[in-house]
Amino acid sequence: MASPVRSPGQVAAPGQGGVGDSPLRPDGTLKVAGEFAYASDLWMDGMLWGATLRSPHPRALITSIDVGPALAVPGVRAVLTHEDVPGRKTFGIDRTEDQPVLAVDQVRHEGEPVALVAADHPETARRAMELIAVGYEVLAPITDPRAVLADPEGLKVQERGGITRHQPVRVGDVAAARAAADVVVSGEYEVGIQDQAFLGPESGLAVPAEDGGLDLYVSTQWIHNDLKQIAPCLGLAEDQIHMTLAGVGGAFGGREDLSMQIHAGMLALHTGRPVKMSYNRYESFFGHVHRHPAQMRYEYGATADGKLLYADVEIVLDGGAYTSSTMNVTGNAASLGVGPYEIPNIKIDAYGVYTNNPPCGAMRGFGAVQACFAYESMMDRLAAACGLDPVEIRRRNAVTQGSRLATGQVIDSPAPLAEMLTRLEAMPLPPPLDPSDLRNLPGGVAQTTHGEGVVRGVGYGVGIKNICFSEGFDDYSTARVRLEVIGGEATALVHTAAAEVGQGLVTVKAQIARTELGVQRVTIAPADDRVGDAGSSSASRQSYMTGGAVKAACEAVRAELLALAARRLGGRWAAADLAVVGGKIVSRADGVLGTIEEVLGDEVVEETREYHHRPTTALDPVTGQGSSHTQLALCVHRAVVDVDVDLGLVKVVEMAAVQDVGKIINRTGVEGQIHGGSAQGLGLAVMEEIVVSDGLVRNPSFTDYLIPTILDMPPMRLDILENPDPAAPYGLRGAGEPPTLSSTPAIVAAIRDATGKALNRVPVRPEHIVRGAPWTA
Amino acid sequence: MRVNVTVNGSAEAVDDVWEGESLLYMLRERMGLPGSKNACEQGECGSCTVYLDGVPACACLVAAGQVEGRDVRTVEGLAEGPPGDEWLDPVQEAFAETGAVQCGFCTPGLIVQSHDLIERNPAPTDAEIREALAGNLCRCTGYEKILDAVRLAAERKAAAT
Repeated sequence: MASPVRSPGQVAAPGQGGVGDSPLRPDGTLKVAGEFAYASDLWMDGMLWGATLRSPHPRALITSIDVGPALAVPGVRAVLTHEDVPGRKTFGIDRTEDQPVLAVDQVRHEGEPVALVAADHPETARRAMELIAVGYEVLAPITDPRAVLADPEGLKVQERGGITRHQPVRVGDVAAARAAADVVVSGEYEVGIQDQAFLGPESGLAVPAEDGGLDLYVSTQWIHNDLKQIAPCLGLAEDQIHMTLAGVGGAFGGREDLSMQIHAGMLALHTGRPVKMSYNRYESFFGHVHRHPAQMRYEYGATADGKLLYADVEIVLDGGAYTSSTMNVTGNAASLGVGPYEIPNIKIDAYGVYTNNPPCGAMRGFGAVQACFAYESMMDRLAAACGLDPVEIRRRNAVTQGSRLATGQVIDSPAPLAEMLTRLEAMPLPPPLDPSDLRNLPGGVAQTTHGEGVVRGVGYGVGIKNICFSEGFDDYSTARVRLEVIGGEATALVHTAAAEVGQGLVTVKAQIARTELGVQRVTIAPADDRVGDAGSSSASRQSYMTGGAVKAACEAVRAELLALAARRLGGRWAAADLAVVGGKIVSRADGVLGTIEEVLGDEVVEETREYHHRPTTALDPVTGQGSSHTQLALCVHRAVVDVDVDLGLVKVVEMAAVQDVGKIINRTGVEGQIHGGSAQGLGLAVMEEIVVSDGLVRNPSFTDYLIPTILDMPPMRLDILENPDPAAPYGLRGAGEPPTLSSTPAIVAAIRDATGKALNRVPVRPEHIVRGAPWTA
Repeated sequence: MRVNVTVNGSAEAVDDVWEGESLLYMLRERMGLPGSKNACEQGECGSCTVYLDGVPACACLVAAGQVEGRDVRTVEGLAEGPPGDEWLDPVQEAFAETGAVQCGFCTPGLIVQSHDLIERNPAPTDAEIREALAGNLCRCTGYEKILDAVRLAAERKAAAT
């Protein structure tokens, strides 16, 4: 079988660098030279281009589909509808399987796929697509999640309809605590829909195989879970499909659900030709799930000196028409609904509901982001009511090792939140703005101010995120490591199915192999399904899980190498007395005995290992109690802003962060995660929202959906702590998500500090600051 | 139609170009140069930035026919070493070394734009770097390491001259 002209290859990890160093990325040279094969770069002789016709309505019955005019266009090779789906007509992540491959008799959100075209040229495909005549009987969309909550049986957007999941949490006696509280504060909060806005659009190439199967090259977060969903819909066995990860241009949760995988597969199987699909930016806004918008009501009671007595919380998450990962997002919102604070009496009700709004699922932070904005806003409100400093009230209520979360789970590894806050507070503050340079001012060179009306504010935010999969899921990863002498040098080949999405897992895998095997030369094989499941590149879990698997496989290879050495060195030393140090086999008693190369000769040592994290438990459906999380990670932020209070313009002047990562495997990588996560939190705080009315997306472009530019993102100060988690490989703690939580509330708190406005909704818009808008009350 | 264009120093005649195609499409799909990226295809993200007659431009906003007789330089053409050599421009090296590359999809555009900045202004201040790169979106890095990369590349280029 011919392989694509441009396709992912293996990458050699250059230079030195084990665990704790910051070596060059193995894929870095290819990426800076423009030679890295991203999914949208794939190309094959004779390939066709696929296009997707999508619903213009958020809710409508399909009365007819006429593909005739599209099929008649010269250059068009196939036009397919739901009737052409070879196998099961629905799919879904987390075994939900409620999302049609192509709409059957009804569309339930704007942009839902209805028909597919394959043609010689992408523009031909797009034009043909516009000629497909679909008859719709438009229905009034169901768009109010609280209305669905009030009438779940009456307002069903699909068979499952209504409430996706209700997860309560019950601890102690809230009513009694309310009667005893000296101070009671309450607030209603809202979080808009955030988009992952990864830069590399959804893309892939499907190639029919000679045996009737399919080769798929796709940018995804989880190869094996894709396969489980794709195969039944294509009417193929899983082993008839071979998947290889194509270069991924960012993910952030948005590639956890399928996009074009089944569609390209259908077109390729139907035409017998390779088919490439690549969304443009407009289509990308409809091609993946977003962060759930949230409506939240919080009430806290405390003693006069600011010690929390109770929390009464309702969180409503709008998941859109299909289940996606709403069940788990709701679980996270419930279990982390009051954050890293000790509260003796708790009542939380977290709901996920179905509507005809845009479909929502995984995005960096996964249910914890929404709750964090609310609980941190509440901590500030409580601080004001108690006459306390915002940092002090957080310290007084902070969890530490041994504390219980709302779920009753005991935090059994370091959680030095109070210390982190103290370190954060001690960091120097940026100097006052210099108004002589307009670039320093809110509004910048647009000359909206020369410093008049500009007020500085400072705010703090705290967040806690679960790392790895939760609620009893048997989460694991697999690694195969092969050691052999190539060109006279011992070389390790590391092979996993784990998706490199930009985070730098390829670097970390090479570092672990160097540390564990004592070799310098490491090659990273392309991620594919020819090795066992690695789980998803999400939940900040890959350094932990695939890192753990690579470590375990390396340990097995090392044991075999030492056994080989014991045999080859004449039986004078037992394997247990030998070690690998700096590329040499050494005996504890007799020092260096030889090099790895001398011991290996032309022998090849290869081992495959699975790594499972410790088991977790489900949440009790009534009380929400259970040790549901594998690991917990903390990040705290301080934001400094300058606000033009007359025009409502905000300039974030600086962000500072303290995060405990357990063990720094790669400092450059960890810093990059904190910077990038903080930038996405800044986006949610003041810029980013998919604006929806009547179920329709109003801003599906980078012209209207704004993500932070280099002018919006301020310099950062970082303080990275290493208090190891004894349960995790090397003591590391997942680092990707926590900074996405705490940055948002810190920035909003700083704007409140500057303006005195309540600001109960993100993103904060100029009109919220300057006028008596509803969210400023 | 046929488009005659010099790309990365080599005179090319590109056949079968459809009038509606962009320079970006022609480079990526007809010339085997996918280094310039297709992140938004509407001039908002800068991922497709190339030199057009020595001036940075979004290749997605230029019609293929507009480059007739002109000179295009892409990220693939920045490294001026011998063909097949692993020599990189100092800007490319600095991006790889500082952690300015995560997913890397924005990287080619940022590298061309940074290359142009340092050509025009060999010692840019942070404010000047921010201004020059304001049209290039990055979703992974939060831009801190990109600033590091541009500072490092400018230092190295200055030291080399």
